[in-house]
Amino acid sequence: MKNSTLYKLNTLFKTQYANMLEYRAEIALWAISGVIPFFMLNIWTNNGLNESINISSVMLSRYFLSAFFVRQFSVVWVVFTFEEDALLGRVSPYLIQPLHPFIRYFAQHIAEQITRFPFALFIATFFFILNPQSLWMPSILTIAISIISTFFSFLIQFLMQSIIASFCFWTEKSSSVEKLLFIPTLFLSGLLAPVASFPNYVKSWIYLTPFPYLIDFPASILSGNQTSVVGGLLIQLLWIILFFSIFKKVWKSGTRKFTAMGL
Amino acid sequence: MNIKKYLKVYAYFNYSSFSIELEYKVNLFIDLLTSILGLIGSVFLLSIFFSNTNEIGGWNFNQALIIQGIYTILNGVTNTWFNPNLKEIVKYIREGTLDYVLLKPIDSQFWVSFKRISPTGLIEILLGFFVIGYCLYLNNISFSVGSFTFLVITLICSISILYSLWFLISTTTIWFVKTWNATEVLRSFLYMGRFPMDSFSFSLRIFFSTVIPITFITTIPSEVLLGLSPAWKIILEILVSMTFIIFSRRFWKFALRFYTSASS
Repeated sequence: MKNSTLYKLNTLFKTQYANMLEYRAEIALWAISGVIPFFMLNIWTNNGLNESINISSVMLSRYFLSAFFVRQFSVVWVVFTFEEDALLGRVSPYLIQPLHPFIRYFAQHIAEQITRFPFALFIATFFFILNPQSLWMPSILTIAISIISTFFSFLIQFLMQSIIASFCFWTEKSSSVEKLLFIPTLFLSGLLAPVASFPNYVKSWIYLTPFPYLIDFPASILSGNQTSVVGGLLIQLLWIILFFSIFKKVWKSGTRKFTAMGL
Repeated sequence: MNIKKYLKVYAYFNYSSFSIELEYKVNLFIDLLTSILGLIGSVFLLSIFFSNTNEIGGWNFNQALIIQGIYTILNGVTNTWFNPNLKEIVKYIREGTLDYVLLKPIDSQFWVSFKRISPTGLIEILLGFFVIGYCLYLNNISFSVGSFTFLVITLICSISILYSLWFLISTTTIWFVKTWNATEVLRSFLYMGRFPMDSFSFSLRIFFSTVIPITFITTIPSEVLLGLSPAWKIILEILVSMTFIIFSRRFWKFALRFYTSASS
């Protein structure tokens, strides 16, 4: 079965994991750069702001720790890699291979997440030493569901960025579009403040966008804050299907536009 | 050091990088949109904080808005000068092209720090000054020559500290080759400069005034503008920024001794 897709995928994941392990120091730094939720938590609890939104400080610290975890495992950087590959002419050989180039990037992301896992655990342990009262043990079911919804969140972001990355076929610098999209992701996803604390004029339309399903929804499941699990997962799935079909279309017309660069 | 020569070289630097950047005109527009949205986002976040309380760490909303203005200006400075050059330093060292820089009859730190300029950040700086102007109106601050001078002095100090932080990290590239992620760590910490330092707990405040001196970068200039800053804070800021500049200079000279070039 040397030619089966499963075999190819397995090999791809293994090599990418080995590759990522080589850069573990860098990935450790990546993990550290994700500590913003903890600083935000400090502002929230230090000023007693959580009382006004009816979330106890213990629940809020669990929320921000979960937000940290969800963010760690849903960070996507495919657009930056693809842009570099496109500019340096590495995309041409990828296109000839009997494997979609984005499966390679997908494998890179998964491998990076596995490498990142111990660092994230280490930071979380450190957090619990500083805040022992917020220690909690979610049930196996909760962990399983939050892993699924975190993976869905990752998929949504991966597909969104892949669409933007495909713009590289038209303009060389599509990463600036990604930087633009990162702003609403940062402020509306729940990374800096839980969506529950948002004013009503924002809450009325925010659930029509994919953003609260990126961090707030998985983090609320994991931390045990209130949220409707089934509905959320279904909406995440809807976004995945929508972005996947857009990506397929953009990719198809993009590869027709493709002009090889470099070699 | 021949100042005239350096000014002339700097003018050429600007000319060449402007012509590179203007090739991507749509990008300029997108970057402008990004910085405006970023400002709206953080004002939105502030408004969430203040929706149920009147002050955070002793700062009310209008006062906290000044910090946003200062942050926007400094972020613009970072995007205009530090960020594009930093990327280049990493590339010089990885590809070994730092050889050519070192051979030039010009100071190497000057070359690697000022070679590139990105015009998008300039708009952000302008945006920041607009916010500051609006805040002056909101807070009923009468603007005197004295307070303006102090504001300029503290801003220059903040920029010096910022520059040194970025430059120190890029200098470590000589040993570690890939420091892109270290700058991400710095960036995420600097992000906290959007909030008054008094809103953090005591231990974090210590961390932000010693390890990564964010207090000196955004909070003190804002306090100066509000007339809340005692003289010792301004003097301390000047001392800190001078220490940083001298240290980053020494560190660059020291690091160059370990530079072993690559390929070529």
